[in-house]
Amino acid sequence: MTRDVAVLGAGMHPWGKWGHSFVEYGTAAARAALADAGVAWGDVGSIVGADTVRGGYPGYVAGATFAKALGWQGARVASVYAACASGAQAIAAARAQILAGLTEVVLVVGADAAPKGFFRPAGGDRPDDPDWLRFRLLGATNPVYFGLYARRRMAVHGDTPEDFALVKVKNAALGALNPYARYRKRVTAEEVAASAVVADPLRLLDICATSDGAAALVLSSVGFAHRHGVRRPVRIRAVSTVTPRFPNTVLDLPDIATDSAVAVEPPGETFRASVARAAYEEAGIGPEDLSLAEVYDLSTALELQWYEDLGLCGAGEGAKLLREGVTAPGGRIPVNPSGGLASFGEAVPAQAIAQVCELAWQLRGTAGDRQVAGARVGITANQGLFGHGSSVVAVR
Amino acid sequence: MPHTRTPAVAGWLDGEGEDFRLLGTRCSSCGSVFFPREDVHCRNPLCAGGALEEVPLSRKGHIWSYTDSHYRPPSPYVSNPELPWEPYALIAVELAAERIVVLGQAAPGVTVAGLAVGMEVEAVPGVLDEDAETARTIWHWRPTGVRA
Ligand SMILES: [Zn+2]
Repeated sequence: MTRDVAVLGAGMHPWGKWGHSFVEYGTAAARAALADAGVAWGDVGSIVGADTVRGGYPGYVAGATFAKALGWQGARVASVYAACASGAQAIAAARAQILAGLTEVVLVVGADAAPKGFFRPAGGDRPDDPDWLRFRLLGATNPVYFGLYARRRMAVHGDTPEDFALVKVKNAALGALNPYARYRKRVTAEEVAASAVVADPLRLLDICATSDGAAALVLSSVGFAHRHGVRRPVRIRAVSTVTPRFPNTVLDLPDIATDSAVAVEPPGETFRASVARAAYEEAGIGPEDLSLAEVYDLSTALELQWYEDLGLCGAGEGAKLLREGVTAPGGRIPVNPSGGLASFGEAVPAQAIAQVCELAWQLRGTAGDRQVAGARVGITANQGLFGHGSSVVAVR
Repeated sequence: MPHTRTPAVAGWLDGEGEDFRLLGTRCSSCGSVFFPREDVHCRNPLCAGGALEEVPLSRKGHIWSYTDSHYRPPSPYVSNPELPWEPYALIAVELAAERIVVLGQAAPGVTVAGLAVGMEVEAVPGVLDEDAETARTIWHWRPTGVRA
């Protein structure tokens, strides 16, 4: 029995700062995905929305919000929130419904309308909320954590700010080719080095912006895809949504401290590496099988970290892999052919879905100037606040 | 001049000067240490759970990593919008006895130029923000001058 689900359709609303509601972006992406799939909205049995915390109540019930905007048609509905992994958990929920035989076609939608500047916690006085505390007590914005990770890599692995800048150069060149990306201009290493320091050693062009954007997928059973006339659909083979294991010894957002390892030896791999390993195990593949990867480059330095966590190279070898061109277009394993978060800016609930959209287009061979030749197997990787991470494996 | 000093968060710090300490809790069953403090149940999944006792954390540790904040953080961080923003450093410090990494602001005047991973630092009392009546205190990390 197959554990695969088919990706029938993928759609996006372009990323940017458009000044509209997340509902407008999400329904545009949903309609694009339905058109791409050749499936009528009325034939969708279930809709799963990835929530946004920035749209008021409609954002917390995103599935219903999109269903109403598309026109109530009686589909079952779910809404999920998992910080940056929300989109992947929406895919996981859809996949579970299909594999359980509850429904054959599911529409997955994530959309956000982002604030200007730093992400900030919800309002009110909430000393029990770690996200509130890190801002209140330390002024520790997201880039502060990215800066800590980058400096740690410099100290432990010998990475340099020039290595980090090359990630931006690579991803900006790819984003320039992607009509859905917000930033479509090539960037030079000199421009990265000349941009303002945000959180030492990272500069403005090392850190991903926050964007408006939306992405949607139409998923179905493989049987439905065949009956629908799609003989070789892109298939999702694994969706990893595992949690960390105690003691988590990497300082993760939004925590002020790690777990203590004084009573229990830490696991042999980091949380991020465990997210990827679970995806590999579920898909029955390894890093050597990959044609491409879409990773969560919240900062340039984090992309290098993902190379290692995905097992594309050994610990500390990320910068070398980049410099050798292995992760560039034409390399052995191109990373972020979409242009990555560097070119999109983060639209939280849409981003993990957008990663899978890019896999779908690449595996179909319809990614245009960004196409990875002969792409057969792709992986996504993502990490968010509060112990969330995800990794999706798609094949064709 | 404010006339009372009160911790910015209750139960996390204690003492002044040489006696200043961060406060955590320790599980009486498995020995796991928690900061921020856990007061209800031990988070070690292998532990059936024991009483959680308040413990002072080591005052000194070594830098795990560091960075700084060149832009004014949003609320609920408190800063005077009428004054130009002054970047401050943040340090993540590994405490050997507790095997834990604790993030904090660096003491005023400490910049990233004077920091290195592995350098010894100590927890010292600092002021997060103050008004006419009250100074809210916080922990700062300050290099001891001892090289790793
Ligand atoms: Zn315990």
